[in-house]
Amino acid sequence: MRFTLNGKRRDVAAPPLRRLLDVLREDCGLLDGQPVASCLVPCAQAQGTRVTTIEGLGGDHPLQRCFVEQGGAQCGICTPGMIMAAMVLPPGAGLPEIREALAGNLCRCTGYTAIYRSVAAALRPTSQSARKPRPKAKPARKPKTRAKSK
Amino acid sequence: VRSALSQLHLAEPRRLDEALRFLRDDPGRVPLAGCTDVYVGLNFGTVSQTRFINLWPLRELRGIRRRAGGGIAIGALTTFSQLRASPLVQRQAPLLAQAAREIGGVQIQNRATLGGNIVNASPAADSVPVLAVADATLVLASARGHREIAIGDFFLDRRKTALQPDELLIEVQVPPLPGPGFFRKVGTRAANAISKVVFAAVRAEDARIARIAIGSVAPTVVRARRTEAALASGAGPAQAAATLQTEIAPIDDLRSTAAYRRQVVTNLFEQFWKETSR
Repeated sequence: MRFTLNGKRRDVAAPPLRRLLDVLREDCGLLDGQPVASCLVPCAQAQGTRVTTIEGLGGDHPLQRCFVEQGGAQCGICTPGMIMAAMVLPPGAGLPEIREALAGNLCRCTGYTAIYRSVAAALRPTSQSARKPRPKAKPARKPKTRAKSK
Repeated sequence: VRSALSQLHLAEPRRLDEALRFLRDDPGRVPLAGCTDVYVGLNFGTVSQTRFINLWPLRELRGIRRRAGGGIAIGALTTFSQLRASPLVQRQAPLLAQAAREIGGVQIQNRATLGGNIVNASPAADSVPVLAVADATLVLASARGHREIAIGDFFLDRRKTALQPDELLIEVQVPPLPGPGFFRKVGTRAANAISKVVFAAVRAEDARIARIAIGSVAPTVVRARRTEAALASGAGPAQAAATLQTEIAPIDDLRSTAAYRRQVVTNLFEQFWKETSR
């Protein structure tokens, strides 16, 4: 089937019910501009759509920059999904809107405050670059005594 | 994924009549729309069917329109994102718009359809209590023709409906509510949690007349007809709450306990009654 991935036309030969997730090898993406869980999308239903994944943002998107600068990335597992879910928020969106937009994404570090702070910084209309450092930079956690078996 | 996805067959009709012919000729096919339920089963390897039919591209089954006699008609493939964003739904069926924004999370709402939520016949389907108190009508289609069925007659048991194997749910007709509505979804967290109890109700202009429907407390969503009749004949809220307990049959499961669900049902009924009393 044929769709547009991160701006480029792609032809994919895959069984129609193969998960879009497995076709993209990515956790979360935008299908025609709307966030979806690609583990629940058969790739046949991506036919003719525009698919955007975290790789499509190029690395210097304001959301990506703010997650770095505000400490929103934390362990990093949920970060691509959080950023893709935040993509639909309008500039200047308030905390309730941010919380609702991200409610379908779980952070197993349970550190939502830094995530909300990162998204809010990226959406601040005045400071597109969001150069403000994170308020209370905690020292990097010391590696605890690792399991010795490793 | 625990299912061998490469061995599954997908029929891809381009129009509704084509889809209905596929189902007439091969009625065992599982209809796919937003896939938010079926793919959970496929990912866990609990789906035994191997033949599917993709309804997602059928534009005829999308959209929301005003009905001549009042109320709205909603295409079965309309997503919960479309429902919550629709000014027509917000105006004509605000309780449905409220339920739509509490279902799953954004990623689910962008894909899950109203029709899917109904035909899956989960006892925890969040939109169904709202449709039940609205006395919604479902339009079913097959190559044999169309028929209408009241939502109260549609659910036969847990995950069992009156839908024939060659039929599709194509439209949901939602009459206007006779008064102020009430909707509460009680779950472990606000998003992406299956309900422990989901409760919808409406209070008519005549304050003794109410409609109450509850999910996750029986094999199907329950319309509390005996409680409604008791209220209509002048029963007070305490007596009605006691009757309501006789109309539900909650169980202990991994989400909650029967005792907790019974208590929540009483609490929500009292809250509904208080909020809609003048």
